[in-house]
Amino acid sequence: MTLSLLAHFEVLTSYKNFHRSLRSITSFVVTATQREREGERVTMGTTSMASRVFLLLLIFLSSTNLSLSLYEDQVGLMDWHQQYIGKVKGAVFHTQKSGRRRVVVSTEENVIASLDLRHGEIFWRHVLGSNDVIDGIDIALGKYVITLSSGGGILRAWNLPDGQMVWESFLEGSGASKSLLTVPTNLKVDKDNLILVFGKGSLHAISSIDGEVLWKKEIAPESVEVQQIIQPLGSDIIYVLGFFGSSQFDAYKINARNGELLKHNSATFSGGFSSEALVVSSEILVTLDSTRSKLVIISFQDGEINYQQTHISDIFGDSLGTPVLLPSKLPGMFSVKIDGAVVFIRVTGEGKLEVLDKINNVAAISDAISLSEGQQAFALIQHGDGKIHLTVKPSHDLSGDLLKESIDMDNQRGTVHKIFINNYIRTDRSHGFRALIVMEDHSLLLLQQGAIVWSREDGLASIVDVVTSELPVEKEGVSVAKVEQNLFEWLKGHILKLKGTLMLASAEDVAAIQEMRLKSFEKSKMTRDHNGFRKLLIVLTRAGKLFALHTGYGQVVWSLLLPTLRRSETCEYPTGLNIYHWQVPHHHALDENPSVLVVGRCGKNSDAPGVLSIVDAYTGKEINSMAAIHSVAQVIPLPFTDSTEQRLHLLIDVNQHGHLYPRTSEAIDIFQRELTNIYWYSVEADNGIIKGHVLKSNCIQEVIDNYCFESKDIWSIVFPSDSERIIATVIRKLSEVVHTQAKAIADEDVMFKYISKNLLFVATVAPKGSGPIGTATPEESWLTVYLIDTVTGRILHRMTHHGSQGPVHAVFSENWVVYHYFNLRAHRYEMSVIEIYDQSRADNKDVWKLVLGKHNLTSPISSYSRPEVVTKSQSYFFTYSVKALAVTLTAKGITSKQVLIGTIGDQVLALDKRFLDPRRSVNPTTAEKEEGIIPLTDSLPIIPQSYVTHALKVEGLRGIVTVPAKLESTTLAFAYGVDLFFTQLAPSRTYDSLTDDFSYALLLITIVALIAAIFVTWILSEKKELREKWR
Amino acid sequence: MEKGKGVMGAGRRWAVDLTDNSTSPSSRDVPDPPGFSRTPLEQDDSTVSRQKKDAESTWKAQKAWEVAQTPFKNLLMMGFMMWMAGSTVHLFSIGITFSALWQPISALQGVGKVFEPYKDSKVDLIAPKLLFIALNLGGLALGVWKLNTLGLLPTHASDWVSSLPPAQEVEYSGGGIPLY
Repeated sequence: MTLSLLAHFEVLTSYKNFHRSLRSITSFVVTATQREREGERVTMGTTSMASRVFLLLLIFLSSTNLSLSLYEDQVGLMDWHQQYIGKVKGAVFHTQKSGRRRVVVSTEENVIASLDLRHGEIFWRHVLGSNDVIDGIDIALGKYVITLSSGGGILRAWNLPDGQMVWESFLEGSGASKSLLTVPTNLKVDKDNLILVFGKGSLHAISSIDGEVLWKKEIAPESVEVQQIIQPLGSDIIYVLGFFGSSQFDAYKINARNGELLKHNSATFSGGFSSEALVVSSEILVTLDSTRSKLVIISFQDGEINYQQTHISDIFGDSLGTPVLLPSKLPGMFSVKIDGAVVFIRVTGEGKLEVLDKINNVAAISDAISLSEGQQAFALIQHGDGKIHLTVKPSHDLSGDLLKESIDMDNQRGTVHKIFINNYIRTDRSHGFRALIVMEDHSLLLLQQGAIVWSREDGLASIVDVVTSELPVEKEGVSVAKVEQNLFEWLKGHILKLKGTLMLASAEDVAAIQEMRLKSFEKSKMTRDHNGFRKLLIVLTRAGKLFALHTGYGQVVWSLLLPTLRRSETCEYPTGLNIYHWQVPHHHALDENPSVLVVGRCGKNSDAPGVLSIVDAYTGKEINSMAAIHSVAQVIPLPFTDSTEQRLHLLIDVNQHGHLYPRTSEAIDIFQRELTNIYWYSVEADNGIIKGHVLKSNCIQEVIDNYCFESKDIWSIVFPSDSERIIATVIRKLSEVVHTQAKAIADEDVMFKYISKNLLFVATVAPKGSGPIGTATPEESWLTVYLIDTVTGRILHRMTHHGSQGPVHAVFSENWVVYHYFNLRAHRYEMSVIEIYDQSRADNKDVWKLVLGKHNLTSPISSYSRPEVVTKSQSYFFTYSVKALAVTLTAKGITSKQVLIGTIGDQVLALDKRFLDPRRSVNPTTAEKEEGIIPLTDSLPIIPQSYVTHALKVEGLRGIVTVPAKLESTTLAFAYGVDLFFTQLAPSRTYDSLTDDFSYALLLITIVALIAAIFVTWILSEKKELREKWR
Repeated sequence: MEKGKGVMGAGRRWAVDLTDNSTSPSSRDVPDPPGFSRTPLEQDDSTVSRQKKDAESTWKAQKAWEVAQTPFKNLLMMGFMMWMAGSTVHLFSIGITFSALWQPISALQGVGKVFEPYKDSKVDLIAPKLLFIALNLGGLALGVWKLNTLGLLPTHASDWVSSLPPAQEVEYSGGGIPLY
């Protein structure tokens, strides 16, 4: 055992900056003595020398697992991964013939996925990326899924059963236009089914077998806005219909075999067209005129274009609302939404309109599907008293219902946005229907036989912002009762574990042990744990819904569709912006629940009125909300809290007025006291200006508002617009804790970090280099980085990278910034690091003065004292392009840091900060080596084992959030995109706790053996002594 | 016998007094035979024992000096071990350093005990004791020096500064690019 330990020590010493970290560990151990011992935590002993040695030994023991990577059986132990698809916008069901019960969907997150209709699981999935928007989806030949994406530029065929891509066609064309995908059922040219695609101003006919473009017809480019492609059943003719300008209708008649233009008709319409045209039958289109007061029926029989107008008031009488044509495809009729009701109108042969039915509270209408013998049916969804009512109607007779079901619906899902239906033949030969519905919160549900068969929380694919919250403190007796309940289970589990450690377990036992490890009850408890691993991740999704996810397995604890972020008459386009910690009780307000502040906006422009809501983090109930307040340009959480630990927030509106929240007199007192030291800055990226402001007095307006403050500009930095354009700004995380201001370097020397929360990192590029990579030459592109003090506007550091360009991703922590950009000269990505040190404190080196406390290192500092700083920087090549950068955060900031890199492959890579150290040199001295400085290499290593996401992918990765656990060594990392991934990281390994695979059995056996040995030797020595005496 | 009986409690039947009263004349029951004198014998003995004592004290002094010098050997041993252990922190060097510190300390605690067998009114133990203490202190110093070379003593500015929290800032500034 000693030998193996020694071997470990050798590895340890050579591996890390052990010499120094040892001291930090011991000091940490001492500081942690008061902490409670829990579970497998190492008890922190007294400070005496002997016990310290013992502790060190224990620490070494605990670090026996030296590799940074995971073993296969450790996957899922501390991490979880969830796959989502996003809000569904198109769905096609498998035909009855194919026998498989699946549905293929395309989503707003540009995902195409095949879902199991029984359970809603993903069979296969492809994420096309943010700039490859899916416009159309259909099934061809009964075995291929056809998708049209990138504005009509790319057509792909995917194999239906397994999702393999069969072929891919790039469609050429000039100009952008609406893109349309049509897969005619019976259009055959030389035994080859055609796919008709209109995109980029041209009509393409593509072979469905191999994706070859058979012919291409440019439809009078520029201004013809093509609305529809119609291919009448059983003919070889294609009609391409569109608007020219706002008042001319064009119909192109094209031979489907060769793309020859047979006829081109156009006719002007004096009233003008307003909305999209809707196909009623193969010869009739319906649209609205520009005043939205008349319905226009366009018939283009035999190339003759005729218009028939009908006043809305003639049909509906006097109505107040403006009519909206609903895009559902219904045979021979169309639906209009007016006054909150939906009216179905049939178009008879001569263009006569016949009102069939008027239905209230309709949320969504599906397209019509064909049942047997040309019979068609469609579904509609109505809302009413906490339920949704699904009705399936045959399209020839609206009075009869094929199906009428009422289903209880969780009101946190909001209204139904979309519905897709599918039919099946029941055993009694009647038609059964299943409906796939998309809700307001982007969730996807399958309804069948009056019940929700399954639901998917696909809103989680579009997370906007994340904060974390602690769980409630454990009440006494809660856990004990639960343990007693399964005492037998508990015993069985331990026996199994013992078997496992003694290597007596059979294969089944091993599987059972693995399952037990993965599904430990401890992990999903709803209370706080001593190590701080259990937390709530509160996420805001694009749908305006808040979810609280438990860090144990990522299960949803509560969800809330925020009423303030729902579409209403006062708030047309609500968007959620960010979440902030509103109240984090830990000292004198422990009986209060923590709460979060959600900031949103009613509209797309920055001057739209803002909405605020405060939500209880334990229960998910909205405590308070403020709608239609001033505009919100910035939210500044202030470092002050009131007596109930509510954090003060300053909201800046577009007129640069600061508004203080919470609106209490106590808050205003605190704020007034600190007013002289509160500054704020604004970055105007478009104008290239950074301005610093200070708040002065109350706003001058008609209504006196004590919580509103005017601001005054105090400094500004103007970047020359011909040479620099702001592309990225980064600040330090406000919650980051820094343990020490000193950095001990080789030969026991000290450097003082310049640690300021008021530092801003700004990256600018030359205007020519702001395009995508490859558009600029190295000579005309450069990247300039700045470190700016946001209180005084002082530029602390400026550096130019010639021949480099963006995009720039950066992360700021302690006294360093790491940023990623592209080097045009080397044709490689680069990462650079800047470290900033305070030179004005560098002469605090007299040990005796420090021992006696005669120094000014802890006295408050002001930015106006203009501290003298020095910076060090270094650059390295990096293989990947980057989607997100983050840094690990720990509770006390002692543990060394890792930079978390979201790579282009949607994985998260942990890179030790020591690789990004500007003091690296080619040949470090022995002292520097001992300090842990790695010899300089030109590129950063990518160690396969350091992928945090191991074999998984976080598809569509957008952000990485790190949160410190209570245990100093550990940080919690949450990566989100279309998928979610959560794990625990220990950048310096878990030096303060025993690892999960620590062999307790070995320890126990050793102890027992030692005790036995003590007894045996004692008895032997007693006997010997007795013999000696008798001699 | 009778005397013993006289002291006996009521429950005892008999007892044997094993004290030899022969040397104390006062308690002698039987007077010495005539012509018998004890004194000359004692005087003879004293000359012999004086010689013996002298020899013993010189021997004791010698031994004391020897004992006083033993830490020197230890010191050499320790020095060699330390040199072998190197200057990086691992189990050997820590163990050796702590034993190098512990040995002199325990030796110093037990100075009295170590020299107890050689305690004599005629032997001057102060000089060997001082040597012993000095050598042990030397050993201790060696241990401390080793501890320092291992970097485990707070003798540098970095050791004191590291525990200081970062200074607070007077001003606070927030903001950034407007939310979109």
